[in-house]
Amino acid sequence: MIATALTTVVLAVLAIGAALAVWQSRRWLAGRPAAVGVVAGLRALPGRYLVDVHHVVGRTPFNARFHALVAGGFLAALALLVAMGVAFGGSRALWLLLAVVLAVMLAGALMVRYRRRVLRPRELSQGRFARLPLSLLGFSGCLLLVALDQALGGVMPEALALVLVAAAGVALSDLVWGVWKGPLKHAVHGALHLAFHPRPARFHDGAGRDTGLKPLPLAPADETEPGTLGVERPVDFAWNRLLGFDACVQCGRCETACPAYAAGLPLNPKKLVQDLVAAMDGQASDAAYAGNPHPGRGVGKAHGGAALPLVGYDAMIHPDTLWSCTTCRACVQECPMMIEHVDAVVDLRRFQTLELGATPGKAAVMLEELRATDNPGGRALTRRWDWAADLSLPRLAAGGSCDMLLWVGDGAFDLRVQRSLRALVVLLRRAGVDFAVLGEEELDCGDVARRLGDEATFQSLATRNVATLNARRLNRIVTADPHALHTLRNEYPAFGGSWTVVHHTALLLDLITAGALTVTKPVGRSVTFHDPCYLGRYNGEIEAPRALLDAIGVERREMLRAGLRSSCCGGGGGAPLTDVSGERRIPDVRMEHARETGASLVAVACPNCALMLEGVVGPRPEVAEIAELVLAATETTR
Amino acid sequence: MTEAATTDIAVLLSIGRHPVSGRARRAATDAQALEMALSLRPQRLTAIHAGAAADAEALRDYLGMGLKRLTLLVLPEGSDPVEPLIAHLRRLAPSLVLTGRQAEDGEGSGMLPYLIARGLDAAVVPDVVRVGPADTSDATPGKSAIVQALPRGQRRALSVTGRFVATVHPSAASARASAFGPARRGVIEPVTVEATADLFLSECEHRPWRPKPRLMRVKRGGSALDRLKAATESKSGMGQLLVNPTAEAGALAIYDSLVEQGMLP
Repeated sequence: MIATALTTVVLAVLAIGAALAVWQSRRWLAGRPAAVGVVAGLRALPGRYLVDVHHVVGRTPFNARFHALVAGGFLAALALLVAMGVAFGGSRALWLLLAVVLAVMLAGALMVRYRRRVLRPRELSQGRFARLPLSLLGFSGCLLLVALDQALGGVMPEALALVLVAAAGVALSDLVWGVWKGPLKHAVHGALHLAFHPRPARFHDGAGRDTGLKPLPLAPADETEPGTLGVERPVDFAWNRLLGFDACVQCGRCETACPAYAAGLPLNPKKLVQDLVAAMDGQASDAAYAGNPHPGRGVGKAHGGAALPLVGYDAMIHPDTLWSCTTCRACVQECPMMIEHVDAVVDLRRFQTLELGATPGKAAVMLEELRATDNPGGRALTRRWDWAADLSLPRLAAGGSCDMLLWVGDGAFDLRVQRSLRALVVLLRRAGVDFAVLGEEELDCGDVARRLGDEATFQSLATRNVATLNARRLNRIVTADPHALHTLRNEYPAFGGSWTVVHHTALLLDLITAGALTVTKPVGRSVTFHDPCYLGRYNGEIEAPRALLDAIGVERREMLRAGLRSSCCGGGGGAPLTDVSGERRIPDVRMEHARETGASLVAVACPNCALMLEGVVGPRPEVAEIAELVLAATETTR
Repeated sequence: MTEAATTDIAVLLSIGRHPVSGRARRAATDAQALEMALSLRPQRLTAIHAGAAADAEALRDYLGMGLKRLTLLVLPEGSDPVEPLIAHLRRLAPSLVLTGRQAEDGEGSGMLPYLIARGLDAAVVPDVVRVGPADTSDATPGKSAIVQALPRGQRRALSVTGRFVATVHPSAASARASAFGPARRGVIEPVTVEATADLFLSECEHRPWRPKPRLMRVKRGGSALDRLKAATESKSGMGQLLVNPTAEAGALAIYDSLVEQGMLP
């Protein structure tokens, strides 16, 4: 009797849950088509969950443990209950087994309750999520009593048992209701998202990292109906992107990692994703959102819908929110649901820039100069080399060959960056490296234009740069600019360019290790290294700069947020050009992290970081490009 | 009631040249003229370019600002655009013709708006920063309120009755960004017209522009204003003009000048 009631309740609720999930799938299936390997994805799903997701979740061990207990216990209990109802019936051994898994789940549910009621991390959403511990406890607790009783032979009055079963059923239905709009949505959508992820190469079964933006086809596929470029409405996203947004569990890890949020700019990545989720409904508003808002902007004013524009002053996403992002990928790095926030931001920006010309502030001016002169400052390309007038850098003409090409980037127009470029050139000369430069044929790599959504200008620059480089024979390209490094290494292959691209920190480390450079004057100061996002998170290179600093004899101190979890300087993604104001400036926040280490010097390895961090008012630690430190440390004694 | 002049606008758009790269692009003040026209939301807006078809792709910069179509009066290379423009505008008979104050390429004399106005028998209002319909309280129909830029940032309010040609001042509202999608979708409608060769232009010699050389003077003392003047003003007739000097003669003149100014011992 009890067993029948129980399995009936469970099966009925599960069937309703499945129906809700299917109903829910209409929202994300409305997106644009996407090429997805369904079978391969489903086959890779368990591995991706156990390796990649756990790698992220495991960064906070308490959360990883309660998640394993609750999810494991819950799934095992459901499986047992279904099995008992469908095939095996209620033997005492099975009831005992059920009691064990429910006890496991109960332990996890108590931990969930402790976190949500006692610890209360401020990044967690409330609303429907506030009921989660109660539902988990109700389901596991009530059924545990029933299962123990049945395992002991059924001493409990049947009426009480049925009441407990009913209570568990209510709790279960609350959990399953969450599959539709609530906490448990992430279980179904997260699993599907892992299988049909738009960047399968980012998982361990692929390349392990996939950060380059994908080219946007500019020529209309169908002449009769020229489609718009980029994403205007939710349905303009590919369906598996929408599925990814729907997987969001509102854990708020992105929020704690986001540099724009930390500086009080009107961007909260969690709210951004929730705005996208809410907008998938026909008539949408963000009123039901119960987490922290975009700083400085309340909740409840945004309205939209699946077929309505996403970005606008009264729409789901305010333009300031969209243009606050520095594309630093900190949110993507932290997201346990593997959501690709930066791709979404760039897709939205593409429509704003390519279709509306709504790039804000100085960014639009920069793009116009970039189109007319191939560099963002609108200067003559010969002037990129003014700083090297006395260095007589060898120019690599078309058809020529060299071992190494030095790509100087647009920083070469800036007085500050010229200092570190000179240091690098002197170091290369000192180490006897055979290198050359492109001269006037080096154009802007297009990084900023692409992050600002101007795919047309990016592709024009990329095509011409690739043609220039392919007309020469070279073994590798070295650059001091991680943005150029990322673009050349990860985004130019789509345009027919494929070279070995190295960052100057890796090269200098090699030169010191090989003995081509000798450390004569160890730095001996306390130094903290600020990882450039485009070197660390985008390319995984966090070891070489540190080894290099160790080699030149610094006392290295680490900031609380370093390596792959480093915090952005605020200089990426065209953010200095769009210049959205917040409570503070992003570089001020980062400099605060550096101050906390007590180091007297911040070493940077990116021209943008150098400019952003040097712009922080004093007193503050000194800022030095890593090449400048190496130059000073390897000075030959006369 | 006669409609206001701002309901039927023609904008004359030239192809600009970037001052550094020399690449064809939208001309700055023409783009501002188009911006002014677009923000007036006229009932009819005609955008016209007269010139050779070679650089016509650069006109897409204007389409990217939100124009659906643009009329291209196709002229043979080196012909004068004034007559074809007058003929075309006579047929269109717009109540307001907007354009930039000076082309960035070609003759660039800034005369075109005046010649057009003479041909259309209309008034010219140069250096306009704002155009709008006059106050509704004003009884005169077809009257436009205009703000004109004067030197040193001064402004003058004008009102104009009837049709007129206005040139836009660089301090008018800046042009909106040009977007790739609308630029690609916009239509350039070529119209073949008869034109006469520009004899004046064909006789001119084309040379890249370069800043006028200025004699540096080191001047100490005096008031701050004196020093600022000394550093910024160029005084004509005080230097020595060498035409095609030999390298030695040029170097000697520079050396003497540096010695004279106390920069060399």
